[in-house]
Amino acid sequence: MTIRRVVLATALLLTSLVLQLVVVNRWHLPGGGPFLMLLVVVSLAAVWGPMPGTVVGFAAGAILDVAPPADGPMGLWAGVLCLAGYAAGLVWLDQRRPVWIWLVLVAVTSAAVVVVYAGVSALVGDPRVAAAGVLGLIIGTVLYDLLLTPFVVPGVAALARRVDPAPSIR
Amino acid sequence: MRDNRRTRVVLALLLLTAFTLITLDIRGGTGSVGSGLRGLGQSVFGPVERAAAAVVRPVGDFFDGLSNISSNAKKIAALEAQNQQLQQLVDSTDTDRRRAQELDQLLHVAGLGRYRMVPAQVIALSSAQGFAWTATVDAGTRDGVRSDMTVINGDGLVGRVISAGPSTCTVLLMIDPKFDVAARMAGSGEIGNVQGHGQAPVELELFNAQAQVVSGDQVVTLGLSHGRPFVPGVPIGEVTRVKPTPGALDRTAYLQPYVSFTSLDLVGIVTEPPRKNPRDSVLPPVPTPSSTLVTPGSTPSPGSTASPGVLPSPTTTP
Repeated sequence: MTIRRVVLATALLLTSLVLQLVVVNRWHLPGGGPFLMLLVVVSLAAVWGPMPGTVVGFAAGAILDVAPPADGPMGLWAGVLCLAGYAAGLVWLDQRRPVWIWLVLVAVTSAAVVVVYAGVSALVGDPRVAAAGVLGLIIGTVLYDLLLTPFVVPGVAALARRVDPAPSIR
Repeated sequence: MRDNRRTRVVLALLLLTAFTLITLDIRGGTGSVGSGLRGLGQSVFGPVERAAAAVVRPVGDFFDGLSNISSNAKKIAALEAQNQQLQQLVDSTDTDRRRAQELDQLLHVAGLGRYRMVPAQVIALSSAQGFAWTATVDAGTRDGVRSDMTVINGDGLVGRVISAGPSTCTVLLMIDPKFDVAARMAGSGEIGNVQGHGQAPVELELFNAQAQVVSGDQVVTLGLSHGRPFVPGVPIGEVTRVKPTPGALDRTAYLQPYVSFTSLDLVGIVTEPPRKNPRDSVLPPVPTPSSTLVTPGSTPSPGSTASPGVLPSPTTTP
């Protein structure tokens, strides 16, 4: 059970990483563009629960921290996405929940990860935060992620359920 | 029970790990945990990104395996594929021409400044959510690329290498707020410091508060001994506005970089600095009214007729 989860999570995280860095970021979308890896983390965590969500979030963040051309504070994405995975895991959706909960979950986590990342970066004295235009980035990330939710989240969630149809409650 | 103690212990442990990493990374310079992990990431994910870029970018390669087919039905399929390939070829000619033109310009700059360099292509860019302005390019230590080398393209200064893996390296772009380069005014020789500010204009700080600066003045890199981190004489940009700072100890101006960072594609990593400082010879000519009437891209200049697909050997020796 766990091995299948690890394989699926690895495959999805790597795919979203490559799509983000090689394809989406080249478009230079106004407002920053979507955060594909966060969508994957939120979908997996919301189906599998808080414990796997925490681990998947940490793994996603660690990949994002080391994959070139990353140059932020090492370990920051790992911490931020770990929290996001835990929070999304607490909501723990099943198929009977209404669709709007997914949208709220995506919007809240998208805004939260940018805020927390910017906050910690500012605390550790990163000169980039001042030039980043954080408010516009929050709005942009939330809007793009909401736009992509119907195309990404149901598919990822279905895959997650297929790999692990009856998640044990931990 | 949705959430229990074990989950919270795992969360706390992972957060502690992340926090430790952040602290270690802030303290250490080269040889720290952070740069070690980044080097590992470069070796592991660099090839993955290279492969992905190779799949995503040249569109026409999908139909290569369809040529050896005998039966009729298959022949039709092959012809259809060929047709599609030709269509794609037609579509991609513009891209090829543009790329050839970029390479031509880059070689021109390298020849003018007598830089020895490795050509490379941008394969991945950083996300806006991480605030950094960095790019991964497909040349690494195997091609002779090391940290702190200058990166240029046909228009001017692009940035510098901040970490290099076997087949890829990360370039800190000139517009990144962590980017810093010693600069010189092309005409007057006044010395200053250029710093990126993300999407806001690049800032030039001149050490002489009495320096005469007007918009349109050109700025090049000053260059230090041994050419690292920056080789001398690379065009940086043009002054667009001078900040009025009466009584200040230095003079600040805003620059328009020569390089367009939203359409960055082909770059050159300078592996060996010129023996002699090229001074101002690499700068683009000061625009005259007649040359501004020509719309860019409408008529390729005589120098840009290099045939697409013919690329020089990786190391270009001027």
